[in-house]
Amino acid sequence: MDFGLSEQQTLLADSVSRLLADHAPLTRTRRFAEQLEARAEDVWQAVTDIGLPGLVIDEAHGGSGLGMLEAALVAECLGRHVAPLPFVATAVLAPLAVQCAGSPAQRAEWLPRLASGALVAGAALAELCGAREDAGVRLEGGRLFGRALFVLDFEADVYLVASREARLFMVHADAAGLSRQALISIDRTRRLGELRFDGVAAELLPGSDDARHARTLIAHGRVLHAADTLGAAQAMLDMAVAYAGTREQFGRVIGSFQAVKHLCAEMAAALEPCRALTWYAAHALSALPAEAELYACHAKAHLAEVGSFIARTATEVHGGMGFTDLLGLHYWFKRIGLNRQLLGSAERAREEAAQLQGLC
Amino acid sequence: MDLSFGPAYEAFRAQLRAFIEQHGHEAPERVDLRAPRTLAWQQELIEHGYAGRTIPREYGGHGAPPDILEARIIAEEFARAQVSPGLAGQGIKMLIPTLLHFGSEAQRRQFIRPTLYGEMIWCQGYSEPNAGSDLASLRTHAVLEGDHWRVNGQKIWTSTAHLADWMFCLVRTEPDAPKHQGISFLLFPMSTPGIEVRPLTTMVGDASFNEVFFTDVRVPRDSMIGQRGDGWKVANTLLGFERGMLGDPNNTLMRFNALVELMKRETVDGTRLIDNPLLRERLMKIQGRMLALRANDLRLLSAGVNDTPARLAGLVVKLVGTELRHELEALAIDALGEIGALYRGSPLLRDDGMWQQHYMYFLGLIIGGGTAQIQKNIIAERGLGMPREPKLA
Ligand SMILES: Cc1cc2nc3c(=O)[nH]c(=O)nc-3n(C[C@H](O)[C@H](O)[C@H](O)COP(=O)(O)OP(=O)(O)OC[C@H]3O[C@@H](n4cnc5c(N)ncnc54)[C@H](O)[C@@H]3O)c2cc1C
Repeated sequence: MDFGLSEQQTLLADSVSRLLADHAPLTRTRRFAEQLEARAEDVWQAVTDIGLPGLVIDEAHGGSGLGMLEAALVAECLGRHVAPLPFVATAVLAPLAVQCAGSPAQRAEWLPRLASGALVAGAALAELCGAREDAGVRLEGGRLFGRALFVLDFEADVYLVASREARLFMVHADAAGLSRQALISIDRTRRLGELRFDGVAAELLPGSDDARHARTLIAHGRVLHAADTLGAAQAMLDMAVAYAGTREQFGRVIGSFQAVKHLCAEMAAALEPCRALTWYAAHALSALPAEAELYACHAKAHLAEVGSFIARTATEVHGGMGFTDLLGLHYWFKRIGLNRQLLGSAERAREEAAQLQGLC
Repeated sequence: MDLSFGPAYEAFRAQLRAFIEQHGHEAPERVDLRAPRTLAWQQELIEHGYAGRTIPREYGGHGAPPDILEARIIAEEFARAQVSPGLAGQGIKMLIPTLLHFGSEAQRRQFIRPTLYGEMIWCQGYSEPNAGSDLASLRTHAVLEGDHWRVNGQKIWTSTAHLADWMFCLVRTEPDAPKHQGISFLLFPMSTPGIEVRPLTTMVGDASFNEVFFTDVRVPRDSMIGQRGDGWKVANTLLGFERGMLGDPNNTLMRFNALVELMKRETVDGTRLIDNPLLRERLMKIQGRMLALRANDLRLLSAGVNDTPARLAGLVVKLVGTELRHELEALAIDALGEIGALYRGSPLLRDDGMWQQHYMYFLGLIIGGGTAQIQKNIIAERGLGMPREPKLA
């Protein structure tokens, strides 16, 4: 019985954290966010050097062959450092789709380049969690038509695209008939966008005729967003506690006022069980298939609630400073805010959890 | 990550399941502390090592080495089968571990066996009218007179004092010492002259706790655990055992499953409660929180087995667990509408009024054993390292 992180897992999280502290301090993230850089190439290069893009890709295809718990730990680090990096689609969803639903030839073609970081992948899956503005992609005569919104890791070289029937395709960013439009979200540390398809040539991943593949991918994406929120919320809590330990009012540090201490205790009490929930949900994706989707729904929804609570409360603990751009606390606030909305709102995830249990 | 307990433990689980299957029918349906059936069941559990498992044989236990996973399997399997896991009063859950920690050899021999066998029922004399959260300001005092302590004062909220044979009690023995250093931990029979127990009725409707008055109660000098003035240390160790019991997510899971059944069964306007999207949303919210606490519990279990720290994860359980449980019961009451407001004795009542009873009882557990606010102080100060409350001299 061992429910916890192995030494290697702790080491991985520590080294990613250190790397991000060095290569993606808030000043770097600010530049990315304010200048709307397409990609932070230097930061991407740094994480590529330690093999992050190949995290979940088989060793045979140039990756490290690690599991979803490792991926979730990395996502947590990214959230903690509000890192300006593509990860969910590039390093997890696209590689897993190709690995699980691709033909041997497709695996040989895509995986080594994804693993090496030579290719950045986006993912257009949002319509499977509720289509907006009539968006949706359909296959006609072997070509894709339609529109996909809220594409993850938008500034990419290749896209994983789900059709309305939940079949999965790989599409080159420069394919004829594909047009792209960035969407600006509150969280400028990650890129989101829209794809329009007008007879675009696409490669079907043949295994995705079984719609379970797409559903499983959504579950993976949800857990990673939950993990990202966990990291961001932990960072906000830590900053609130630290700030409360230095800021003085009425001749005392504000952290000695019980009202402030209790806000911090409430954040910690809400967040600490989320750590175990995220670990469990991530582990379930790799090892407990019967529970994986249910836990993914609940991890997504519960972290969305706790994350929002902490985003608000930690900001309040900082007083007016929290509301300014000076401290940059808002980068974490917005990171949590975007995670909450992506791949299904909390309410939708809970409704799906109920469906999974036959309760509706 | 490895969530399996391994073959040896699974064999232990299988053996226990077989035992419950064969003997479960002998278990009492409700715990009636003095009933022969309850005592016989307790004795059978001890013999088979499913109660008092790690208590040394010389004190009446089964004498097995401490094993966190075996303890967990025992708790899980009795809960799963909904069979009583034996007695679990303040004597067994709090005093016995405290005696094993701080008691003298003579005290262990005198008290552990009868307590374990349910022949000696205990109550906890800690709180006083003016010493609740600020327990260390307690004023009930004991003065040494020759070979006896003479105790005077009053306790309050003393659960099961009306049923108990003995009390473990905090008294002030060093009136001039700073408040935390002047306290001692005494044991005495409730039949000692000068003790008066007056029942207090709780909002649940039972007189499950009491006021206890002491007038010149004479207690033999050696009835103390630990040294004179060490009572605060002993009491705090015991409070750790108490808080460890509160907020257990495995019980919450059983109640959650019962709530799902209730919502499938009950209808309003011909529609099942589970088909009401607003109620279902609340149900799922509670499930999400519950799964987080269950995962947290696995983390604590694992930390115990592997001797790794999980400090904050442990500190939050009482606060979050008792509040979640109260809200779970509250959802059932809301879902039941008017029927949710009925109580004992009423026709139309569902499940014997257990939802209403638990809803109120868990409000009590949010308060008892350290209120939610006190838990938040602990989380902030010990968990997050924030400044301590300024203490008045
Ligand atoms: C069901 C139940 C069973 C019990 N059983 C026993 C028993 O067997 N033996 C026993 O000795 N006791 C028992 N108790 C007593 C219990 O331990 C106390 O009720 C509890 O510790 C709170 O003390 P109090 O009731 O005096 O409340 P108070 O201390 O008066 O608290 C009142 C309010 O003030 C708040 N407050 C107090 N101090 C602070 C502070 N420093 N910061 C912020 N807020 C504060 C509290 O949180 C609470 O909201 C039981 C209580 C209950 C409810």
